[in-house]
Amino acid sequence: MSKYNLDYLDELEAEAIHILREVAGQFEKPALLFSGGKDSITLVRLAEKAFRPGKFPFPLVHIDTGHNFEETITYRDKMIERIGEKLIVGSVQDSIDQGKVVEQKGKNASRNSLQTVTLLDTIAANGFDACIGGARRDEEKARAKERIFSVRDEFGQWDPKRQRPELWNIYNGKIHKGENVRVFPISNWTELDVWNYIRRENIELPSIYFAHERDVITRNGQLMAASPFLNMDEDDIVEHKKVRFRTVGDMSCTAAVESDADQLDDIIAEISESKISERGARMDDKVSEAAMEDRKKGGYF
Amino acid sequence: MNLLKFFTAGSVDDGKSTLIGRLLYDTDSILADQLEALQQSNRKNDDGSIDLAILTDGLRAEREQGITIDVAYKYFQTEKRKFIIADTPGHIQYTRNMITGASTAKLAIILVDARNGVIEQTIRHSYLVSLLGIEHVVVCLNKMDMVDYSEEVFNTITDRYKTLATDLSLKDVTFIPISALKGDNVVNESEHMPWYKGQSLLHFLENVDVETGPDYNLARMPVQWVVRPQTDELHDYRGYAGRVLSGSFNVNDKVTVLPSGTSSVIERIEIFDQTPSEVHAGQSVTLHLKDNIDISRGDVLVNSDHLPQSSQLIEADVCWMDTRPLDEHITYLLQHNSKVTKCKVREIIHKVDINTLEKQEAYDFKLNDIGRIVIKTADALAFDFYTDNKANGAAILIDSRTNLTVAALMFRAVAD
Repeated sequence: MSKYNLDYLDELEAEAIHILREVAGQFEKPALLFSGGKDSITLVRLAEKAFRPGKFPFPLVHIDTGHNFEETITYRDKMIERIGEKLIVGSVQDSIDQGKVVEQKGKNASRNSLQTVTLLDTIAANGFDACIGGARRDEEKARAKERIFSVRDEFGQWDPKRQRPELWNIYNGKIHKGENVRVFPISNWTELDVWNYIRRENIELPSIYFAHERDVITRNGQLMAASPFLNMDEDDIVEHKKVRFRTVGDMSCTAAVESDADQLDDIIAEISESKISERGARMDDKVSEAAMEDRKKGGYF
Repeated sequence: MNLLKFFTAGSVDDGKSTLIGRLLYDTDSILADQLEALQQSNRKNDDGSIDLAILTDGLRAEREQGITIDVAYKYFQTEKRKFIIADTPGHIQYTRNMITGASTAKLAIILVDARNGVIEQTIRHSYLVSLLGIEHVVVCLNKMDMVDYSEEVFNTITDRYKTLATDLSLKDVTFIPISALKGDNVVNESEHMPWYKGQSLLHFLENVDVETGPDYNLARMPVQWVVRPQTDELHDYRGYAGRVLSGSFNVNDKVTVLPSGTSSVIERIEIFDQTPSEVHAGQSVTLHLKDNIDISRGDVLVNSDHLPQSSQLIEADVCWMDTRPLDEHITYLLQHNSKVTKCKVREIIHKVDINTLEKQEAYDFKLNDIGRIVIKTADALAFDFYTDNKANGAAILIDSRTNLTVAALMFRAVAD
């Protein structure tokens, strides 16, 4: 009989669906962390494949920094209406108003680090025992070491030295009360895999991923969208450029790249050629060599 | 295009990180900003060139100590194949992390320093490869540049390793002389070793045959989740969702549900909006049966004509992975795919000295110990022997006091 052979996208998809179903089977109160970025949009598609025609066995959770691109929020609300699943929003503005976190000051101020507190509060308030996220191991070297089921203590902390062995495709989701597990179904996907999957599945994305005209300023060699959330002064020169974004985060910490790619095929061609990694456009990773490891230890996604 | 997962066994001293760095670098898989960070780093080779090993050190403690502690996953692709590398630590105290990385790999690269030949560590790594049943083994004799690219050195070490491979029943073993530092035979064929007629490591990885044919005898699918929309239109919809663990299923196949032993016939197979007539190992699917029977998570659907083993007493090879030693007096949880049941260790048969491969009498089992035990489970398990079907022949033990994964089990026999 002839040999059969799973295409790599089919294999990655099947692995992710298996992981999502393990979450559904093993946990009492899971949630899917939805940022509005392409990775969490891919997770939603995978969840449809895992559970339809049934409902998702978890709500979507969005940690809203209040500094989002308007296009992301529009997309989010439209998508929720389409899939008919529950959305829970944790607001960083609320955390600020309650005095739990303090807004950063200065030119490079961002709400990126503040969202960890809102995330942990949202997890605690809803009693979530598993949070599904769209992180990938190719993004960053601390992530390259993280398990697919990654246990966090009651302070949300990741301890890289005490990771559980993760053997074969058997996932141990047992935890004590107060702990939770972060689950990363697309750990083994690369940025290009995600784009190829989006093209294959014909998945709609927020418009900021595609080339568009926008006012930008140059900060530390990076193009930032001009917005009320960016602390600007007279040194900042606003220019009008054709740009797109490779990741979707806060307006204050996500840099754009100059691009004419307004179609998926063009974006995939650009990424295949590109010599800059995706997180190279994230100011939050530029702080130090261990920036991501430190944030993850503190409870970040 | 398909995907090949492989792992690398060896220590930093053998040039393991350099080899991985070289594979990534020479396949143009390192992006400019990562390269920039690399060039700015203080760690350089003696001749001032970039130290490729830095690419794989992910944690601060690893960079500080210059060792690999935990598995790091790296990704690259060529025009022929996509690759996932599990970069695993070589030191004996991190054996459990190596097993983590190796458990999902189809191919192992064993690094041997050409100056030292087959040493204790080589034996240990090869034993683990044999224990875990890794299908393909590539022995890379590294640092050939430091032995004048000598064919004689290559042949001597190769002969010694072949004896070891026979002792360990390793089947598909390939030898490649390389220099990770200089790049010989890693991606590009070496000009320094005209006597070597084989492929470079990358060409071998691109071409090695890792596909399998459909095998209906081994059809097994653990049920992870039952899809029941319970809406007006889909009132009677009942789909058993899971990933085909091994073998293949066809529509109209007769299947048995274990442990209950009830049988039915596959009425329909779904993969989201598609309804294929057959599905194979690795695919995540939803099965519909003709009869309405009681099936829940933890049950497994199998080919009715080829049932797996069923027993509560099982002899298994075990790798202990926790700092708390094995305790014969406590009840562990055993997780076999989606099935969890209580479990006790009934007997320790022996421990293996993994440096000499000698079997020893044992009274205790500590972190990184490997050997054979007999377990007794609360519910009978529907399993296959690891040698016949890896996917349905392995399990983990969980300590319910700490919830940690404390052991890897590979089923070898039904015990009396």
